[in-house]
Amino acid sequence: MTTKTTVIETAAGPAQPMVLNMGPQHPSTHGVLRVVLELDGEIVLTAKPDIGYLHTGIEKSCESKTYSQCITLTDRIDYLAPLSNNLGFCLAAEKLIGIEVPKRAQYIRVLLTELTRITSHLVWLGTHAIDLGAMTVFLYSFREREEIMKIYEYVSGQRMMTSYFRIGGLALEPPPDWLERVRRVIDALPGHIDEYETLLTQNRIWMARTKGVGNLSAEDAIALGVSGPLLRASGVAYDIRKAFPYSSYEDFDFNVQTQTAGDCYARYQVRVAEIRESIKIVRQAMDKITPEGPFRAEAPGIIPPSREEMKTSIEGLIYHFKIFTEGFAPPPGEVYQCIESPRGELGVFMASDGSAKPYRVKFRTPSFVNLQSLPKLCEGRLIADVVACIGTTDIVLGEVDR
Amino acid sequence: MESQEIGKHAALQKLRDWDNQAVAEVIEFRGETTVVVPPQHLVRVAEYLVSEPSLRFTFLSDLTTVDRFPMEPRFELNYHLLSIERGLRLRLRLRLPGAEPAVASVTGIWPTANWHERENFDLFGIRFQGHPDLRRILMPDEWEGHPLRKDYPVEGFR
Repeated sequence: MTTKTTVIETAAGPAQPMVLNMGPQHPSTHGVLRVVLELDGEIVLTAKPDIGYLHTGIEKSCESKTYSQCITLTDRIDYLAPLSNNLGFCLAAEKLIGIEVPKRAQYIRVLLTELTRITSHLVWLGTHAIDLGAMTVFLYSFREREEIMKIYEYVSGQRMMTSYFRIGGLALEPPPDWLERVRRVIDALPGHIDEYETLLTQNRIWMARTKGVGNLSAEDAIALGVSGPLLRASGVAYDIRKAFPYSSYEDFDFNVQTQTAGDCYARYQVRVAEIRESIKIVRQAMDKITPEGPFRAEAPGIIPPSREEMKTSIEGLIYHFKIFTEGFAPPPGEVYQCIESPRGELGVFMASDGSAKPYRVKFRTPSFVNLQSLPKLCEGRLIADVVACIGTTDIVLGEVDR
Repeated sequence: MESQEIGKHAALQKLRDWDNQAVAEVIEFRGETTVVVPPQHLVRVAEYLVSEPSLRFTFLSDLTTVDRFPMEPRFELNYHLLSIERGLRLRLRLRLPGAEPAVASVTGIWPTANWHERENFDLFGIRFQGHPDLRRILMPDEWEGHPLRKDYPVEGFR
């Protein structure tokens, strides 16, 4: 990259800033993000993110599908945390319809979304480290992620696009020995996290690349609507799991992790601490989940009857047929349900007109809003820091563009 | 609808005491409060909700539109506000006509509104007066039409 501009007076006037196009095909932009950088030498004067390369019109597609069919689309919004998206959508639909999910299903949801948070943070850690030149962490963190992906596959039949949470509960009862597998993975995890920390936390290159880089004050973070680990690394102890508990998070004992520095290193510390908190929550959930019990609510006409019931009772057969052909119609109205996804506030706004298809679904995705802070993070800094700043905002372009 | 909850929201009483003209209608549904604000009052109301010490709605969570085509007023804008300090959420709603929908920008109050307003301009064609950089954000610049409008077919125009 030739980035050095000579500041000389020419006949046409002083030298102009150089415009550098970064992306949309660039490994460190974590997808198809394009950033237009205006440079003075190696110093970034302005950074303008350009998005939309992955826009697939998911919100428009939702309007022509029944509520249950939309769940498969939500997996594809944030493909690193599909279960969080499933949860956000299902909670919004449940709020709209007004059904209560059994406690056991809520705890299973908590367990799986916390595992999702762990996998998402592991991907972030590995890719962020590789961006900054520490290759080893990537290999380790993907090894652990793979073990958790195997749990998703065991429980839902899919590694990534799980669609495991359904309106009213879960798609199917998890296999009998699944908690044993979760326990094996979870027991090994703290040791692995110590490994990553020995590689990074006191690493001088890592610290030089992240400490004091991409500072964001608490006021700026709130003004820019930033949420999730970015906000907490700037010293705001705001976590939706605590502030507006959903899916029985009030039954769990965990701490909101914060740092005050607001730089890339603080965000690293917050995310690593969050993995440890998630392990705590998973352990508690394992104790709370009873081996027997309902995995979805009882709501005839909205939640499909069991296979047994469908084959033996006429009502069951009728409901089954109607749910899968026509869907169900929630009352007219609008709800906004937000959850703490690994990246921040994932909000689902859902408007119903009383028909079987959502009139409007809006996904307030944390990546979209957090990416807006990128110019603030990297303006006035070196080009190399742009890579650190993009990595540390932890964006998923599928979620930015929807 | 939980009608017994109407008027319980802390912000609602404050808003009414401050200026009753600013509250056109209140909707309660599933424990969520929606305040319908006449469009010309939006910026005043927003400034009040941010600065009032007992409310402090400093965080704009989301801004989204619902197209009620062919009804008039056609567009409903929903501003989802959050007060981190007070643990409150509130939805402001504006109703805009189908012909040349426009409203004042709130980027001066919540800088995060910048991209949200661009998105609503892009997908619904709503103009935000005073926005520093009102361009399309998700669709290509040369795109015609506003895809999330209800008169825009799902498969696109052929």
